Order: sequence, then C-alpha cells, then structure tokens
Amino acid sequence: MGEYTSEELQSIFIMQGFSGLSLFSVLLLMGLGLALIFGQMGVINMAHGEFMALGAYTVYFCSHLTETYAPTFGPYYFVAAIGLAFVVCAALGALVEWLMIRHLYHRPLDTLLATWGLSLILQQSYRSIFGAREVTPTLPEWLMGSYNVKEGLDIPINGMFVLGLSIVVTIALITFMYRSAFGLRLRATVQNRKMSAAVGINTGKVDRLAFALGCGIAGIAGAAFTTIGSTGPDSGSRYIVDAFLVVVSGGTASLLGCLASAFGIAQAQSILEFFLEGTKGKVATLLVIVIALMIRPQGLFPSKVRGN
Amino acid sequence: MPLLFRTLFKTRGEALAFGGFLLLLLVVLPLALPVFRLNLVGKYLTFGFVAIGLVLLWGRCGILSLGQGVFFGLGGYCMAMFLKLEASDPVTTAIQSTPGIPDFMDWNQITKLPMYWEPFKSLPFTIFAIFVVPAVIAFIIGWALFRRRVGGVYFAIITQSIALIFSLGIDGNQGYTGGRNGITDLRTLCGWDIRSENAQYILYFLCVVLLFTVALGAKYIINTRLGRVLVAIRDREDRVRFSGYDVAMIRAFIFAFAAMLSGIGGALFVLQVGFMSPSIVGIIPSIEMVIFTAVGGRLSVLGAILGCLIVNFGKTTFSEAYPDLWLYLMGGTFIAVVMFFPNGLAGLLEKIPTSKGKYAALFARFKKTTPVVTTKTTPISDEN
Repeated sequence: MGEYTSEELQSIFIMQGFSGLSLFSVLLLMGLGLALIFGQMGVINMAHGEFMALGAYTVYFCSHLTETYAPTFGPYYFVAAIGLAFVVCAALGALVEWLMIRHLYHRPLDTLLATWGLSLILQQSYRSIFGAREVTPTLPEWLMGSYNVKEGLDIPINGMFVLGLSIVVTIALITFMYRSAFGLRLRATVQNRKMSAAVGINTGKVDRLAFALGCGIAGIAGAAFTTIGSTGPDSGSRYIVDAFLVVVSGGTASLLGCLASAFGIAQAQSILEFFLEGTKGKVATLLVIVIALMIRPQGLFPSKVRGN
Repeated sequence: MPLLFRTLFKTRGEALAFGGFLLLLLVVLPLALPVFRLNLVGKYLTFGFVAIGLVLLWGRCGILSLGQGVFFGLGGYCMAMFLKLEASDPVTTAIQSTPGIPDFMDWNQITKLPMYWEPFKSLPFTIFAIFVVPAVIAFIIGWALFRRRVGGVYFAIITQSIALIFSLGIDGNQGYTGGRNGITDLRTLCGWDIRSENAQYILYFLCVVLLFTVALGAKYIINTRLGRVLVAIRDREDRVRFSGYDVAMIRAFIFAFAAMLSGIGGALFVLQVGFMSPSIVGIIPSIEMVIFTAVGGRLSVLGAILGCLIVNFGKTTFSEAYPDLWLYLMGGTFIAVVMFFPNGLAGLLEKIPTSKGKYAALFARFKKTTPVVTTKTTPISDEN
C-alpha cells in the first residue's frame, strides 16, 4: 500500500466502504432469509440464490411491462416491483415447502441435496425464459447518479437506496419476530417444537410460513440486487456461498450475528478487492472465515437455546 | 480365505454382482467399445474413487462433504505437476524466454520454478504426494471440525466453502497453477506416451483394477468392526461417544481416507484425460460427485460405481443431444432420488428379489423416516 498517500487511502477506504455497503445489503437480505429458515427447521436452502434471481427477474419483468404499456408509471414502478418480488418468491417458497421440504423434514442433509436439484431446475428455466444473457431493468431516474461529497469522493445513490431498503426489511423482520403473534409462535417452535405443538401451535403451518417468508426476503434481495448489477441465470449462485458463511459465522439463527457477519464479510471483500488483484480479495476473506469457523464453529453469537 | 471372502461378501448374490461387474468392465467393455469410448468410461470410473469414499463417509458415517472435488483436484494437480514438468524440458521449451519451466509460468513472466514445484520432478515423491497430500489436508480440516462436534449441515457448508476457495485460488494464481485453463498439454509419463491408444488401454485397465481393489478395501471396512462403528456414529453419535469411542478421531480418519481415495481418482483422471483444470474441483463438480453416489446408492460400494457410470453416460449423451433438457433431467432425477429412493439404484436392485410384487413397501418409505440416514443434526451446542 506504499504508493498511496494517506489522503488517497482515506478516499479509497470510504469509496470501497460504500461499495461494500451495497454488497453488505444484498448479503444481509440473503442471510436473513437463510438464517430464518435454518433456525426454524435446521434446513439449508441451496436454492436460495435462485429465489434471489427470481426476485431480480420479477423486477426486470415489471420494468419491461411498464415500459411497454405504461411509460408514465416509469418513476414509480420500482417500489411496486419490490413488493411483487416478495410476493412471487414467497408463493414459490410456500409451494416448494409443501411439495418437497416438509417430506424431508427429518433428513436435513437430504434437504440440502434436494434443494440443490431444485436450483438446477430453476436456473435452467430462467435460461429458457429470459435467455442466457444478463438483463438489467430500466431503473427510474431518481435511483441514478451519485452524490458528490468532495473532490474524488462520490457516493452512488442506488447503493444508499439498497442500504436503506435492507435496513427497513431488517427492522420489519425484527418487529415481526418479536412483536407479532406469528413471531411468538415461530420463536416458540424454534425453542421447543414438541411443546409448541402440545399447546396448540400448528408447527407445520409455522414452518411453511417461515420458509415462505425467508424466500420472500430473498426476493427482496434480488430486487435490491438489480440496482447494483445485472441479472443472469446464475447470479444467485454467485452469492450463495457468501450467504451461507454469513449465516454460519453469525451464529445459528441469530439476527444480530447475521448483521455483524454480513457487514464484516462484505467490507473485508470490497476493501481487499481494491488492493489485491482479481479474486484474491475474495479468496483471502473466505479463507479467514473458514479458518475462524474451524476454531470457533459456534460463530459470533451462538444461540443459547438447547437442541431439540 | 473363505473367512476373508465371507467378511467381504455377505451373500452369494453380492459376490456374483461384484464378479459380474468386474467382468463387464475388464472384458466386455474393452471388446465392445472403441478406444475413444473406453477412455471416456475410464474417465467416469475415476469419479468412482470419490464415490466409494462418499459411501463410507456419507452413506455409512453420515458426514456429507460437498468438497470432495478439492481432494480429487489435489491428487490430480500433484500428477499434473509431475507430467507438466516432464513435458517442459529445456529442449522442447527452448523458444520460451526461460526454457525449462512450464509454459504458463513463462507467459506470466515467472523466471524461476517455484520452490514447491521442485519435488514434483521425482515420480516416487509425486506418488507419495498423491496419497498423502489430500489425506493430510482432509485430516486437519476434519480433526479441527469434528473435535468441536461440528457435523451435519455445518460441515457440508464449510466443505463447500473450501471447494470455492480452492477453485478460486487456483483460478487467481495463473502463474503458479495454470489458472483457469489449468495444466494442459501433458504428454508422457517417464518417456511413455500416455496419449497413444496402447497407453489408453493400459491406463484403463490400471484404473479398473485399482478401483476394484479400493472397492474391496471399502467393503472390508464396511463389514468389519470399524464399519459398524461408522453406522453407529451416524445413527446415534452420543451413545457411541458414551461407550468410549473417540468419535472425532474416527470421523477424521474416515474423512481423510475418503480424501485419499479421491486423490487417487484425480491422479488417474489426469493420466487418462491429459489435463487438469479448476473446473473439475469447484462447487459444482463436488456436488455432482455426491449426485453420482446418491443415484447409485449411498450405502453400496458397487452401486456408487454404477451411479458414476450411469449419470456420466447420461450427461454425455443427453447434454450433447439436448443441452437444455439435461439440467432439468439432472435436477429432477436428483430430487426424485433423494425423496423417493434414498438408497439409490442399489437399494432398488436389492429390493427386487426379496419382495416380489411388494412395491407398496417402496412407496411406504417415502413418508416414514427411512432407516437410511439421517443423523439427527446436532447443531453446534454449547453444552460444555
């Protein structure tokens, strides 16, 4: 790093930090959904990345419809599209849970493999429907451009929007988990499934809703993703390992841990990427996380709940 | 001898199936197929080594590793490094700015052979490395994780991340590893042209013989006490621990053993195919190896080899004719196998002679918890 002045370094850190914030937002939204499902059912959804891509494609589809049929609606469609992405992904999630996951409930490793099979099918159907080329929705004007703080330091507006969106979703999820009747039932099921069933909670229904909610959040992640990158059939799978690591290193089903580890992973990746060429930044980050997990497998914030 | 025979094969049918399969691979296929196709079969069989490892590790011991491609790759890269050094002697590479080093190093302005390449000039060391490097690395990873009682889904995710790190790492260091193109243009093994038809036959037979030796070894492990402890760990880990077994050590051992098998497979892959690249070690190939095992039967050694042949054959045929349909078919097959036939093809074949017409039993397993798997995942607990 010798060839940079301290002034430059500061700007680099701030700029990369901000681009890291976009990555953080996507990872956080992906991780929240995964953690919710993992905490609830002990199931890892390998198709989570494909749910994210579905959210992104939903936005693209909306943008296409708006352009063709209602151009005047252009500046506002994006907000509706986010909602639609959530609904579409949640619906597919509920269907998948009903058809597949609930039958494999006692075999978590097999769920992992079955959802991977699903991810293959989904990827190929995106390829058949939307083509193998990456697509970008037309973003509304107000998302474009950047805010110039000072010379050599620009903060992109879309990044800020994505960050805001993920904060809103996180707060909404926490409120939902800790302030609603459903959240109460969900937390009860996580803590003690048998007792919850005994006091009259329909745990199967809770599972399905939790899975749908997790997938829905992945859909929002996809919608957010469209503002910072283009979507291809394998866009989701590019983030999936990072998202897994966010969940695992955050600690089982801990929302706070998810937040902290998403931030750490995203920032480390984006700052290291500037100084190390190519994929080395990513390799270094992942390597550090995996080694850390070998030493402290319970993650940052282990849950204090006993198993079964 | 009869005792050993009875240890290896529980029923006469098993022994017959084993012998028949060996006959098919050693006699029928070499006579029936042109050398190009036979070479393909040989390539598929190298995945059989990984699959046998997965039978022990996943089917028997309940540890799902999504990073077996890493060990396959380690074995393969050891072999490829040796072959590449042989292929780049100073005479052939005289036009390079630094003769005597592999071509991709020269393209990346590297002027001296890196230190860790040096030992791979020797064949005995290379063979030693093929066996030891994957096993030692797997043992370290396994020991670190199993000692802290990490298992189930966690282990799968961590091994998958390792597969990603490994493939990205190779990809990103083009000067030292050949990068995305891999190590290509491998010609001779100690002066013996491995691309000639003759050599391809010999390598194929070598592969089959080694594979069946390994298969017998795996069957031996399965049918002796170690095999029973493995199953016990899979089904009731805590009871095994309370009985005084060192569960972490046994798991780490079997993980290292499976890795060693994968490494052998990788080395034979390089010999038969003539190159090694990161595309064979990453996340997707690693999961595909699990698919082969699942389709063939995660509990059966023979089934796993059969799975490798069938899935790969399907992949080659289908992806040539209908590239779009192939992924649907593969994903669908995988879901179907996992949901309806957790014991794979081998499980189906075993069913046929005993339960005449009792197909109901086949469907009954769908909803009930099957005997096959599943360790209740113990998420990492902080009970201690």
